[in-house]
Amino acid sequence: MSTHASEGRRIATLRRRRFQPPRLPRPQLPRRERDLLKPEEMVAWSPLDRLGVAAAWFCGLLLIAISASIVIYMLVRGLQYLSITALFQHPVVLSTTQITGTAGGYLDPMEGTLILTTLGTLIALPIGVGIAVWLSEYGRPSWLARAVESGVEIVAGTPTIVLAIFGLLVFTQGVFGFLSFRAAGGAVFGRSFFIAGIMMSLIALPLIVGATREALQSIPAHVREASYALGKDKISTIRRVLLPASRKGIATGTTLGMGRIAGDTAIVVLLLGATPLQPLGNTPVLSTLRGTGSTLTSYVYNNSPAGEGNAPQKAYAAAFVLLMLVILMNFVVDLFSRKRSDTWAR
Amino acid sequence: MGPLKQPPPVRRIVADDEPTVVEPPKRRNGTAQAVKDAASGLLSAPRRHTARKGKVKERMRTEELAIAYGGKPAVKGVDLPVNQGEVLAMIGPSGCGKTTMLRSLNRLVDQTPTATRRGTIYLDDEDVDLLDVTELRRKVGMVFQQPNPFPMSVFDNVAYGLRERGSRRPSRAALRPAVEEALERAGLLEEVKDNLTHPALRLSGGQQQRLCIARSLAVNSEVLLLDEPCSALDPHSTSLIEELIMSLREEIAIVIVTHNLQQAYRVADKVAFMYLGDLVEYGEADQVFGAPKAKRTRDYVRGGFG
Repeated sequence: MSTHASEGRRIATLRRRRFQPPRLPRPQLPRRERDLLKPEEMVAWSPLDRLGVAAAWFCGLLLIAISASIVIYMLVRGLQYLSITALFQHPVVLSTTQITGTAGGYLDPMEGTLILTTLGTLIALPIGVGIAVWLSEYGRPSWLARAVESGVEIVAGTPTIVLAIFGLLVFTQGVFGFLSFRAAGGAVFGRSFFIAGIMMSLIALPLIVGATREALQSIPAHVREASYALGKDKISTIRRVLLPASRKGIATGTTLGMGRIAGDTAIVVLLLGATPLQPLGNTPVLSTLRGTGSTLTSYVYNNSPAGEGNAPQKAYAAAFVLLMLVILMNFVVDLFSRKRSDTWAR
Repeated sequence: MGPLKQPPPVRRIVADDEPTVVEPPKRRNGTAQAVKDAASGLLSAPRRHTARKGKVKERMRTEELAIAYGGKPAVKGVDLPVNQGEVLAMIGPSGCGKTTMLRSLNRLVDQTPTATRRGTIYLDDEDVDLLDVTELRRKVGMVFQQPNPFPMSVFDNVAYGLRERGSRRPSRAALRPAVEEALERAGLLEEVKDNLTHPALRLSGGQQQRLCIARSLAVNSEVLLLDEPCSALDPHSTSLIEELIMSLREEIAIVIVTHNLQQAYRVADKVAFMYLGDLVEYGEADQVFGAPKAKRTRDYVRGGFG
């Protein structure tokens, strides 16, 4: 009876075995602890690697220290000499061509910086966006596109003092006489807000072109096609879809360009005259733009121990104002680029 | 220096460990039984509809259509009718000319500088090359693989095609009925009617795709080309779009390119199988999936390649 039962069990087991797939060894699942090396298995870092990491730390900390010391030093010195009244006072003029002296405020240079930055940006923005749209959306013939690209790169790489001397060369020609003062003999002075603004726009231009182009190229091709598929042509696609979509990039490039214009000295010294605001003619806005002036940068230069004014306390205060202005602009760029943006899957 | 003492943990790779192998399912090659088995899974998928209700009418037709990219043929002389009242699904492996075919129907292929085209495409018996391209593209709308609403509000997206139509820009109030009708037809109005001014790119992927369909419907498209419209969507959004396709099928002709054979079976009345630029088989969905005539179709539908 019992044998019978055990026989039945044996057959059942056999049958089960026969119809079961061959049993493979169970794969061992990787466990975290098993995968990690034990401390005694760890290989020590080579001295060179240690040195490299230490150097990287050192460089990073050094950079923080440098930027912090600039800001703190300018903050201390600037706040020491900064007076609210000076912000709204015209500088005292000792000669007709140079702001000098220890008295007076820096209202004129501040206005100058604002006027010049606005003017330069207003010139650079439409041209820069235009170039970027052409490069990204048309770009034919390709040799011309390559030429335009290298042209923009050359302008971006040219030192501003070179741009300034070139501007002086061009704008002292008789045809540009309407843009600036004329001496008694008819020679063109070649220094005014117009002229400085035109050359300043060249500084901002490559930044605007670069940022706009990158923004346009990050728009997937199927978005353009979706617009064409609704019967739109290229122009309205650019105007209604592509430019609105690259607004952020355009804003970033423009703000970067504004910071560069506000911070440039060479063009101001050579092409703006570095004088107090000296309007030319009587038309309200035009007279200022045709006249000469100065900016915070040239004011700092003139009043530094190296310049003719030699009033370092004025220089520190003006430099502080300029630094704050540029830091503010960089902060604005940060806001633009950090803002969450809605975009397409690629 | 804290980080120097403790190097990062290193993953140990053990060579003689047993690898986890997933065996491919065994195939009984070539037998009719295999085809039946594979197709039965497919054919058991629910159809979205049973029979056509409206009258079937031919809207578009290609004749000897051949397209090449820089001399390399992508479509080789294809004759294909597109009918209103039924859905045409184009299936086939990648790179076999389905999307190129689709893009040629609204002449979007003209945008590719290297593309050359021979043969004729007719819309209501008129050669599309003789039509104004703007007019053609309004009649033949297209929806892309990735949802691509424009970076503007939901309302402006739908109104985009309507604007700049005449010389005068129509006002918001004048566009509102048309925009709402298009959203209604695309089954989106309920979801977005309270926030028409919200940016369209904040909608979910499925809503964005239906918005793209609404955008086409707003300009009164009569043919709708869908290029893998659900491949970037979740199953729920996919089924919403499929139902939308079914509800639109009576009023407009629909062509859908899809890699999902189940989807093709669910929505299509006619199926065109393309392989290496040739139209291998064209016919009723039940016939192409259930009893394909060509061997290549049979292999593809069975999941043998592609």
